[in-house]
Amino acid sequence: MSDTPNVVTGDLEAPTIDAPSQSDQSSSESTDTRRRLHDVWVSGTEEPEWVRQSTDEGAQELLPETEEPGLDAQRGVLVTDDYVVDDSINDEERQVINMGPQHPSTHGVLRLQLELEGETIRRVKPIIGYLHTGMEKTAETLTWLQGPTNVTRMDYLSPFHNELGYSLAVERLLGVDVPPRAEAIRVLMTELNRVSSHLLFLATQGMDIGAVSMMIYGWRERELVLRFFEDVTGLRMNHNYIRPGGVAADLPDGWEDTVEQLLVDVPAGVAEYEELLNDNPIFQDRTLGVGVITPDECKAFGVTGPNARASGIDWDLRKVFPYSGIEHYDFEVPLGKHGDVFDRYYIRVREIEQSLGIVRQVMETMPAGDYRTEDRKVTPPPRKRIDESMEALIHHFKIFTEGFKVPAGEVYQAVESPRGELGMYIVSEGGAKPWRVHVRGPSFAHVQALPAMMTDSLVADTIATLASTDPVLGDVDR
Amino acid sequence: MAGQTQPPGFLLTTLNKGVNWARTRSMWPATFGLACCAIEMMGTGAAHYDLARFGMEVFRASPRQADLMIVAGRVSQKMAPVLRQVYDQMSEPKWVISMGACASSGGMFNNYALVQGVDQVVPVDIYVPGCPPGPQSLMHGILTLQDKIMKGEIRSETGLTQAS
Amino acid sequence: MTDNAPDTTPDQPAPRVDRTIPADPTLARLAGEFGQVVFVSETDGDVAHVPAADVPAFAAALLAVGYDVFVDLCGVDYLRRKPRYEVVINLLSYTRRRRMRIRVGVDGADPQMPSISSVFPGANYYERETYDLFGIAFTGHPDLTRILLPDDWEGHPLRKDYSVGSVPVQFKGAHKAS
Repeated sequence: MSDTPNVVTGDLEAPTIDAPSQSDQSSSESTDTRRRLHDVWVSGTEEPEWVRQSTDEGAQELLPETEEPGLDAQRGVLVTDDYVVDDSINDEERQVINMGPQHPSTHGVLRLQLELEGETIRRVKPIIGYLHTGMEKTAETLTWLQGPTNVTRMDYLSPFHNELGYSLAVERLLGVDVPPRAEAIRVLMTELNRVSSHLLFLATQGMDIGAVSMMIYGWRERELVLRFFEDVTGLRMNHNYIRPGGVAADLPDGWEDTVEQLLVDVPAGVAEYEELLNDNPIFQDRTLGVGVITPDECKAFGVTGPNARASGIDWDLRKVFPYSGIEHYDFEVPLGKHGDVFDRYYIRVREIEQSLGIVRQVMETMPAGDYRTEDRKVTPPPRKRIDESMEALIHHFKIFTEGFKVPAGEVYQAVESPRGELGMYIVSEGGAKPWRVHVRGPSFAHVQALPAMMTDSLVADTIATLASTDPVLGDVDR
Repeated sequence: MAGQTQPPGFLLTTLNKGVNWARTRSMWPATFGLACCAIEMMGTGAAHYDLARFGMEVFRASPRQADLMIVAGRVSQKMAPVLRQVYDQMSEPKWVISMGACASSGGMFNNYALVQGVDQVVPVDIYVPGCPPGPQSLMHGILTLQDKIMKGEIRSETGLTQAS
Repeated sequence: MTDNAPDTTPDQPAPRVDRTIPADPTLARLAGEFGQVVFVSETDGDVAHVPAADVPAFAAALLAVGYDVFVDLCGVDYLRRKPRYEVVINLLSYTRRRRMRIRVGVDGADPQMPSISSVFPGANYYERETYDLFGIAFTGHPDLTRILLPDDWEGHPLRKDYSVGSVPVQFKGAHKAS
């Protein structure tokens, strides 16, 4: 710990667990309205006294037009000016509506403030930060091997992609190669993760549009994939499986049978959903031509992934900057034309198909070998050597207590997550813990692009548009 | 806790039991899914781990219509007043399940950004550990809550349920 | 673990990066126009070390040659280095299939640098986040307010001298040490 100059001063005072009289004293002293940690309420004692605080976010909220500095951003006219102002509408009809942060559209704690003129949205201001977890700060206190546990919880719908980005970045800094079997396992897990994330997208998209049974159907197939993840990694979500140097453990025996069954069940389910939704006139009415984003807007705001491909941008990191051996597999990248909600939905359905194709190829060509690198810098020696050799014991001890050290340097590594370009910018100062971990979450850019998609449309289309961009607030707020 | 000075008679006890039974069999959760635990909560409500068999498939968006708040996920400093407001809007009797490690104690994120345990903001009845807790764990938590309500161990402002 | 004596280690200068002319002719032309910029090549892109004052012009020049996708903007606090902070801007060119990482050194007790949100609208939220977490002010930004933390928060958490804020773990039977 001494080589990382992480100066820690001004630690917060530990709350005292004492008789209630003492805690009353300290709570009466804190008369300012700043948020603090309160004294801990231990089960069995009195209820905490909550100092009433407002949910007003001050300057972060939608301000009246005369005071608002970022007007163009809210009107969505920064790149493409399709703002339609009908002068015949009386300005006094404008009202500000607050959506969230707690609302039933399940995309997380996003707060949207909309200024409506009748039913038409004129200005949109997203307010984020309700899920800010300080993960980038926590990452500086964890060793390189513990890093994936933290990073995996950012974009919690595609945890393998977070872990993969982090592990690839660390391996680049270390200059270490992973064996082909580890690469193939990584591709298998990440592509299955893409399938499970898109299935959840279908479920929530359907539910938000009003096809509530899609919620149940989407989860039906997703459960099969999650069961496979549990077999392999031990957890249904937030796996901490892909680690720098390889993967945590080898695939279990009989995994081919489970995957074979998946490859039968999931396409059958997806075929049902397509039959339900694709030609459904209500679904088409609600999604065709709604929430359009142009390719220029995508590029300016940094919208990537299926959202950008729906607008016609042919860019998939797996094809352009391939990683983890994905170039060995044959797959296509579906593209859309119009950039509306329907295209974003349709592309994701096709991507499920393509990912299952990759999974089949991985299953058929899985190489034998090690599941993690032999490089002693990173991997502890095999367990039976510990009984034989003192050096191996010391080595094992050092790797698990202090952690391996990564040479100084900086790297930016991006992977194609189901939401878009998930980038990891990691700076190492040569220590056992990272100096800085910054995660470029794709949904952060998508939330920024929401005004461009939502303005001048009806308020009833907000949810459809929001759902189609598939934001995950974990990687917006980190 | 609201205690009565004399023990209730036979009729009132049976009525108590009946009311408690009805309450447990039709608890409506308020949607308070925040992060990863919300996904598992949705999974619990889905077809494989059906919550509807406990009468709970109706996740009400409005806190006024809900009586159970499952705080699923990490509560940041910015979210804490919102959490409290939603809790205050729920009408009695109401219960809180703190789902997951982050809601119960701050989880692995022992830092400036999170409230270290949602019980600093709202009183909690059941803590469900896990990161995220699988659907079976959440259901175990819900069933434990139902047990506790049936036995009358839950704190409530109205006089009907009381500590035994 | 914390030691209350003031830290007297002198600040190190940032590691020297030698100025080279990049192989790509367009970048070489840019290197000629912007005399202060240092280019370093990587496998899938290039890194440019740019002084703060030149950043908006350099970004506009890159946009003109095809780096039109805004990817990322973040800050790093090097604490013991002069300049203390660095702002890292990540751009991408679909046509050239190359990334461009711009590293800008920002120093001072009151760090600031010009905003690029007029060139790349996508930089808006990222600059707000960097201001929120590091305290680096972006001059010319239309709406520089906090974005991830509550509006009345004091301090900038990702700075190295801001403690991580952990509390000691409480146990139910614990009593205060007398």
